[in-house]
Amino acid sequence: MRRIVLQLLLYSIAATLSGPLYATELRVAVAANFAETLTEIAARFEADTGQPVTIIRGSTGKLYAQIINGAPFDIFLAADSRRPELLENEGYAITGSRFTYAAGRLVLWSPDPDLVDVDGKVLASNDFRFLAIANPRLAPYGEAARQTLEKLGVWESLRGRIVQGENIGQAYQFVASGNASLGLIARSQPLSSSLAPAGSFWEVPASMHEPIMQQGVLLEDTQHARAFLDFMRAQPAVIVAHGYDLPGQNTHNAYSR
Amino acid sequence: MLTAADTTALVITLQLAAVTTVVLLLVGTPLAWWLARSHSPVKPVIDAIVALPLVLPPTVLGFYLLLALGPEGAIGGLMESIGAKPLAFTFTGLVIGSVIYSLPFVVQPLQDAFAGIGRRPLEAAATLRAGPLDRFFSIALPLARPGYLTAAVLGFAHTLGEFGVVLMIGGNIPGSTQVLSIAIYDHVESLQYGQAHAVSAVLLVLSFVLLLTVYVLNRRFRVIRL
Repeated sequence: MRRIVLQLLLYSIAATLSGPLYATELRVAVAANFAETLTEIAARFEADTGQPVTIIRGSTGKLYAQIINGAPFDIFLAADSRRPELLENEGYAITGSRFTYAAGRLVLWSPDPDLVDVDGKVLASNDFRFLAIANPRLAPYGEAARQTLEKLGVWESLRGRIVQGENIGQAYQFVASGNASLGLIARSQPLSSSLAPAGSFWEVPASMHEPIMQQGVLLEDTQHARAFLDFMRAQPAVIVAHGYDLPGQNTHNAYSR
Repeated sequence: MLTAADTTALVITLQLAAVTTVVLLLVGTPLAWWLARSHSPVKPVIDAIVALPLVLPPTVLGFYLLLALGPEGAIGGLMESIGAKPLAFTFTGLVIGSVIYSLPFVVQPLQDAFAGIGRRPLEAAATLRAGPLDRFFSIALPLARPGYLTAAVLGFAHTLGEFGVVLMIGGNIPGSTQVLSIAIYDHVESLQYGQAHAVSAVLLVLSFVLLLTVYVLNRRFRVIRL
């Protein structure tokens, strides 16, 4: 009996040690806003090919720092184009693999069904105390929110009433918890959330800000990784259904009221 | 050196730490006094609650505070019903968060100091017909002075380094809720390592000087006591 236990123990240790060496694990690091969409694509990929996909979600800045410090990821799907470009120039990504997989869009959202009007004029009013956005210095959606508010001419006057989440996820959560009355969030968020999107929306026209180009790069040139990227490119419907635009196309039907 | 925004964040941080420390000394004194002398069966429960912020991740505190301060939450609902403004994303909200976050750092040194006095000096004063308040202010408070110094400096220094709670309920508003630790985080995340270094160095030196003060002064107090 004791020998069997010992054998089992040794076997499990050996299995643990050898596991990562032989498994063809595919690791995809993804900006938090795209994680839900990626989960759906990865599930389809797994069903199709039997290849398991491990998803590592984080902010684009943190994942970038992890990658240049040797994190073992095969693919990086960022929320911007700057970090993938840096990785490519610095030699951490496979040259020529960079591509735009989705274009982000903003919506102004409030859980209050009467607060936000179809033209977003509420932003120039005093009908709310706090507007949540992502940090413009850190998050591409925050930068787009700043550009939008500047274009509307309210950026200066809203100073002190703008609260910043460190990423678009936190900005969403500030509004969802009721602490901010409304927020400029990613159009994909209410669609990906388990909570049904309720309340009032203004879909910010794409012309209000520089395009939010979400780019991906290949970090390890493996067959599995290339197969996954090809698979992802062949799934535009999933990406659009989650509230993103495809590069070069604008859609407006996410929140038909 | 420090940019204007960083200097503002430094001022906010110092203000937050100062206000928090004062509130904590006021709230912590009766609490620590009771904990040091009580034999009540609920004392271990209160001890455990006071120590909770030592072990809980600040994000847990921040998360619960965010929910509590929201319109559906206990505090937020109360504020709304009395017609007051909500507390999330305000300096007052940060003070509430910091008071909870730094509570053990103030209460525990005070509790130890009060317990260290023992019953005898107070009983002696009582035989000389000193009333309870007189006994507290003329005997306990002066004898607990090293405890107060430790409590004040630790409470202040710990609040200086606060990050998780502020990240959750602060909203990063310059001049109101943007503190130094958040400013450093922003600099690092946006790859501005030079500025991150400058601000970090300020915080490092400030914290070291504060702690050094405690250790030097406490040693002197101890010598006097002997």
